[in-house]
Amino acid sequence: MVKSVLDYLENTASLYGERWAYRDAKEAFTFGQVRSMARREGTFIAGLKAWNRPVAVFMEKSASMMIGFLGAVYGGCCYCPLDISMPKDRLSVILKTLDPAAVIYGRGQEEQIRNMDLSCPVFMFEELCLKEEDPGILEEIRRRRTDLDPLYILFTSGSTGVPKGVVVSHRVIINNMEWLEEEYGFGPEDVMGNQAPLYFDVSDHDVYCPLKFGCSTVIIPPELFTFPVRLMAFLNKERVTGIFWVPFALCTAANLRALEVETPKYLKYIFFAGEVMPLKQLNYWRRFVPDACYCNMYGPTETYVCTYFNVDREFEDDETLPIGRPCGNVDILVLDEKDRQILPGDQGEGELCVKGCALALGYYHDPERTGARFVQNPQNPHYPERIYRTGDLVSYNERGELVYHDRMDLQIKRLGYRIELGEIEAASAGIAGIRDRACVYDPSRQMILFFYTGKKLEKRELSAGLSAKLPKYMMPNRYIYLEEMPRNQNGKIDRKRLKEQYG
Amino acid sequence: MEELMEILEDMNPEVDYETSQNLVDDGILTSFELVVLVTQISDAFGVTIPPAWIVPENFNSAAAIMAMITRLEEGE
Repeated sequence: MVKSVLDYLENTASLYGERWAYRDAKEAFTFGQVRSMARREGTFIAGLKAWNRPVAVFMEKSASMMIGFLGAVYGGCCYCPLDISMPKDRLSVILKTLDPAAVIYGRGQEEQIRNMDLSCPVFMFEELCLKEEDPGILEEIRRRRTDLDPLYILFTSGSTGVPKGVVVSHRVIINNMEWLEEEYGFGPEDVMGNQAPLYFDVSDHDVYCPLKFGCSTVIIPPELFTFPVRLMAFLNKERVTGIFWVPFALCTAANLRALEVETPKYLKYIFFAGEVMPLKQLNYWRRFVPDACYCNMYGPTETYVCTYFNVDREFEDDETLPIGRPCGNVDILVLDEKDRQILPGDQGEGELCVKGCALALGYYHDPERTGARFVQNPQNPHYPERIYRTGDLVSYNERGELVYHDRMDLQIKRLGYRIELGEIEAASAGIAGIRDRACVYDPSRQMILFFYTGKKLEKRELSAGLSAKLPKYMMPNRYIYLEEMPRNQNGKIDRKRLKEQYG
Repeated sequence: MEELMEILEDMNPEVDYETSQNLVDDGILTSFELVVLVTQISDAFGVTIPPAWIVPENFNSAAAIMAMITRLEEGE
């Protein structure tokens, strides 16, 4: 009975103990090594007696970091990957919400950890892997485990300025792995090429497919994504057969026309998720890698991958790629503004709502925001049934496939990252002289425009004020001073007008 | 050169592009910026950068980028 992702690892390590599981530019680990290191770390973590509490993992992106996750899980905890390049202010807001049982850091992060002012114990990953393993303690934890226990917590942008910690259970990942097996059937010969940061759920396939299928994952050096000709050469050298990337990464290669210089020879599976995949760039890939299986996967962190579309026909450059239909053991509802269901064949847009095994458990230490999004199915007055309201507007096309249109709020997707414009506005509260502020996104140029009134400030002042609080991918590109903020009849800032005038 | 400086400053106003010599190696110019930069260069200067020219050496400083644009404009 599979109750935990560790059941996959135990099974695979007994079958393929000598095969590579995780690799990066510096290190490589076999399944046997992954199992042994994670069990040693887990035995130590178990000593903290912090059942189902989070262990924060503060490490450079690496094969070791993936093992660090699994060790926390062996120890009866869940893990929370942290972005080591995140500004200190945002990190402390996150750590305050998370209140971790411990922080595990990597060799190289010692100084950052010393400067962090933490109230929990900290341990170095490399040292935990040398501790003694205690099979009895680990077995006890394994027996107690259910698949509804939390596996990880990922923080995502929050419109009030406080990021939300999405709590994801083992069940979500197990469900997705079982579905992947049925739909695509990866095998031990496959090699996954990881692009996504490990604090981003798109990387889950790279972490868990090896455990489930016995394949291996190679972490692609991030700098290669800047120079895609070298990236393609790397895919060929490592014989990568499967990628699950954000569209931005595929688009970079297409926009810089890398595939005509070096064409990937081994790719069989090209999956993408995290933002809309433009067809012009997808068509470019399909011209050069025509035989691969292309899949558009959809789902916010709160539902992991919940719908998918295998690209099964030709599309024009200006068409929209559908997000398809629900994955196995997942169901969706499209609800109009009065919570009436829109069905395939119906016209009109509605909010995409998700139910079934893909649902996260909620937001950590945040019943209020959990209750606002994870709600009772309004179509079901009979028994408790939770759905997640995504805030994404969708419709059905004439083939009964779901098509994404827009957001219902101010959330944007930029370069694959999910950003609440409200978080940028909130971060500017500390900059002296600003009276009103509003952020607008210009998708055609992928630029965030920051409008403000009050005192006219130097671009550098504004940028320095925000970069102390925001990760790089949230930083505005343009700062525009206005005498007055345009407002609509209700007195609200008229973002549409801002967009029209300056976008 | 002024036009290029404006494009660069829009991407990250905190960087001193006049003196920086290691935009790529220092992680200032990542794939985020590069795609925007390549598109804006082709819009602003009417040149297309061939894929094989998109290598770190051509992007490590404002001067290197400008030299590349000039080579392209001269139809090399």
